[in-house]
Amino acid sequence: MSNDRPSSDLTVPAATGAVSARGDVPERFENPGLPPHQPRRADSEPAADKRAERQVVALFGVSILGTIGVIVTYFVYPHDPSIESMRTANMLLGIGLFLGMFGIGAAAVHWAKTLMSDHEQAEARHPQRSDAEVRAGALQALSDGAQDSGIGRRGLLKGAVVSAVALAPLSIAVPLIGQLGGDWDVSKFRHTMWRSGTRLARDPSGTPIRAADVTIGSVYHVIPEDLRESDHWIEEKAKAIVLLVRLDPQDLVESDERRDWSHEGIVAYSKVCTHVGCPVALYEQQTHHLLCPCHQSTFDMADGAKVVFGPASRALPQLPITVDDAGYLVAQSDFHEPVGPSYWERLK
Amino acid sequence: MSTAQRAAGGTADYLDQRTGVGLAVKSFARKIFPDHWSFMLGEIALYSFVVLIISGVFLTMFFVPSMGLITYQGAPASMNGLEMSEAFASTLHLSFDVTGGLLMRQIHHWAALVFMAAIVTHMMRVFFTGAFRKPRELNWVVGFVLMILGLAAGFTGYSLPDDVLSGNGLRITDGVVRAIPVLGSYMSFMIFGGEFPGEHIIPRLFTLHILVIPALILALVGLHLFMVVLHKHTHFPGPGRTEHNVVGFPLFPVYVAKAGGFFFIVFGVLALMGGTLSINPVWNYGPYDPSPVTAGAQPDWYMLFLEGALRLMPGAGMEPVIAGYTLSLNVIIPAMIIPGILFTALALYPFIEAFATGDKREHHLLDRPRNVPTRTAVGVAILTAFFVLILAGSNDIIATHFALSLNDISRFLRVMIFVAPILAFWITKRICLGLQRKDRELVLHGHETGRIVRFSHGEYIEVHKPLDEYERWLRVQHVPQRPLELLPAEDERGVRRKGYRRDAVRARVSRFFFEDRVEPVTPMELAAAHSHGDHDAIGSTTEGHQTPEISSGPERQVGQQVAEPAGGASGSRPGRSADAQDH
Repeated sequence: MSNDRPSSDLTVPAATGAVSARGDVPERFENPGLPPHQPRRADSEPAADKRAERQVVALFGVSILGTIGVIVTYFVYPHDPSIESMRTANMLLGIGLFLGMFGIGAAAVHWAKTLMSDHEQAEARHPQRSDAEVRAGALQALSDGAQDSGIGRRGLLKGAVVSAVALAPLSIAVPLIGQLGGDWDVSKFRHTMWRSGTRLARDPSGTPIRAADVTIGSVYHVIPEDLRESDHWIEEKAKAIVLLVRLDPQDLVESDERRDWSHEGIVAYSKVCTHVGCPVALYEQQTHHLLCPCHQSTFDMADGAKVVFGPASRALPQLPITVDDAGYLVAQSDFHEPVGPSYWERLK
Repeated sequence: MSTAQRAAGGTADYLDQRTGVGLAVKSFARKIFPDHWSFMLGEIALYSFVVLIISGVFLTMFFVPSMGLITYQGAPASMNGLEMSEAFASTLHLSFDVTGGLLMRQIHHWAALVFMAAIVTHMMRVFFTGAFRKPRELNWVVGFVLMILGLAAGFTGYSLPDDVLSGNGLRITDGVVRAIPVLGSYMSFMIFGGEFPGEHIIPRLFTLHILVIPALILALVGLHLFMVVLHKHTHFPGPGRTEHNVVGFPLFPVYVAKAGGFFFIVFGVLALMGGTLSINPVWNYGPYDPSPVTAGAQPDWYMLFLEGALRLMPGAGMEPVIAGYTLSLNVIIPAMIIPGILFTALALYPFIEAFATGDKREHHLLDRPRNVPTRTAVGVAILTAFFVLILAGSNDIIATHFALSLNDISRFLRVMIFVAPILAFWITKRICLGLQRKDRELVLHGHETGRIVRFSHGEYIEVHKPLDEYERWLRVQHVPQRPLELLPAEDERGVRRKGYRRDAVRARVSRFFFEDRVEPVTPMELAAAHSHGDHDAIGSTTEGHQTPEISSGPERQVGQQVAEPAGGASGSRPGRSADAQDH
């Protein structure tokens, strides 16, 4: 900066010399105008010009070959519904289409850059604002029109126009919005199809689970045994899915009122995340943690499925279970609270 | 005249007699458009939209938007015999049995990603160059709405194949919608036609995706381009370019060839991507079922920030119950409030900056980002927040690829979402000011040549080559904005002035924007630098509005070329050098 001698003007002694008067020097630099045009090779050399033309023609040629390639692939490539065959066909068609399109584009751009004029031109801009006369004319036109219609004088008419036009869309909006939500019975959020005595079955096979078969540390994805008998089984499944694990009873922390909700260390919790509803599917045996792969809410299966990390705020609802006479796991009742993400009237 | 010429003339005459098209051709054919690589970004968006329409029409011929369940018979073997919706089955059918169907699907998906990427980068270009200033504020808003519509188009399209991934995406949507206070449950019912997932959502999304949203996009693209023509395109500063002209090349033939050709290039590249890069192979995920889910799944990139916000938010204690009603702040804050703030700030930015500058002039010359340090820094800060959220949305991938603890990444990013934008703001602003100083340095001292000259008295200097006037102009052309001065609260008769409070806010905003700045070299300074061989003699050159004078007094310190705040000049505040001030 100041330590080197930045002046390049060797003729002027670096030490002294003053700028004469302030008036000689403008306040700002002036725009020097368009720089002189630099000719391209194709502008001056006929050989370069011819070469550029040949290149453009060749690029268009590439495009034609690409398109032919697609057509040939379409008719000739054997149709065989395996993934490999599909991939090859896809790649051949894709590359053909690429050449067909890219050739045209590259040719056009090359043409523009090498053969079309590259003299920069200037065009004047005009302010967006219309001039005073036009504005006055516009205002006059509007006021004449308003005068003609008499809208200013006829207050009742004005009100009638506005009301009618504002109300008219309702004849479409009301029936539409009114029926978009089906039966609007949001209380369905509260219940699942688990009933007292519903057997816990494996997902998706539907085979019931015998308590004795569940070893410590194992995990089962569970649906109600009678799921497919439901008319709306997908909606029911979306609420009723359960994750079942068997823990060493010593590890299990249970509150007093839930002490009989588990069976010999087997606990069942809703698999629908209390955050935004993803299936909570990743179980880590060592820590008894259950992780939601969508947003990483982590629940401790040994301690009432309480949240130990992540954006969920509530523990997973527990399904009270027991065993029936045949030794199969069954539900004692439905969940005691709504499953899945929170909503406004959840506790009402 | 050849036959072809006669035919063309005849057609032109026929059309002109019926439409008067001659006038339009005369005024448009040779219309001048400026050239810069960054003006291509918007073109990429437009052309990938055209590719979306072309490939999309192909897809609609084979796709069945129905959630009716069928047992699938056909390729691939892993899906044969499974129960699935007709939507998923037809997606498999058009991928495996329709020749070119998979290519169109993959082109369509890639084009959607490129479409959003082009919109966002185009928006960044417009933001950082100040192209949104008067008279283009409204077109910024149109562009903003187009971005939102692009998000909506991407979201509705992503969900159509009814595979496990997209189904879980809808499930998350349902969870987010339910969190809306008072109306949430009913809105969930409205969207799904009953309980999630129901049988209505895919046909509904289909209609939005292929009719409503594209129609709106098409209409707004028309409006967007109409305004571009109306305003004439902005151009970058440079020799010969002013606020009152537009410098470039004529539409016909140069831009017909370049822009028209560029469409084919974009199409070609998207075709190559569709042909060689696999995307969304739904047969690997399987049809939607409420129970399974895959780990390590990410939404398309433009939704990642929302996903990241949802992941970052700590849930503990974030679900207060007020009078028996549940308020899910752990969802409302990341999914509604944060994007709400981000988007509102983005949409209103031109108006916020106009408020700060109080500038009512039209601007057609773009800003170099370094010359508007605060705006550039604000933009980078917003992008940084966006990027932190994207990282948060990829935290599981980062954890598995870099063998890090997922929880640690989340905790770290929870801090970074607040810290990183502030750091980014500060660093960017410093870089901008530094680059401006470098510009000054270059103008005052010229290029280093590496030639060392020894004088007869033994002194060595390096010869510097001065800039020619064209090169110099780029670095001195800008007119820096200075902070607005606040008029006193009371007029000369001691009466409280109306609007003082508003002015005070405006002055504060203006100070935030423009207090730190480096002003361009003036001819006087250059002359001084040349004649003294040491421009530092003139000291702090850019104080307030004053034209710098050659100081005969004590020389000031180096590094004070940075403007001191206008307050220093107007006397209302003590001067601070930009070096000492950190925002």
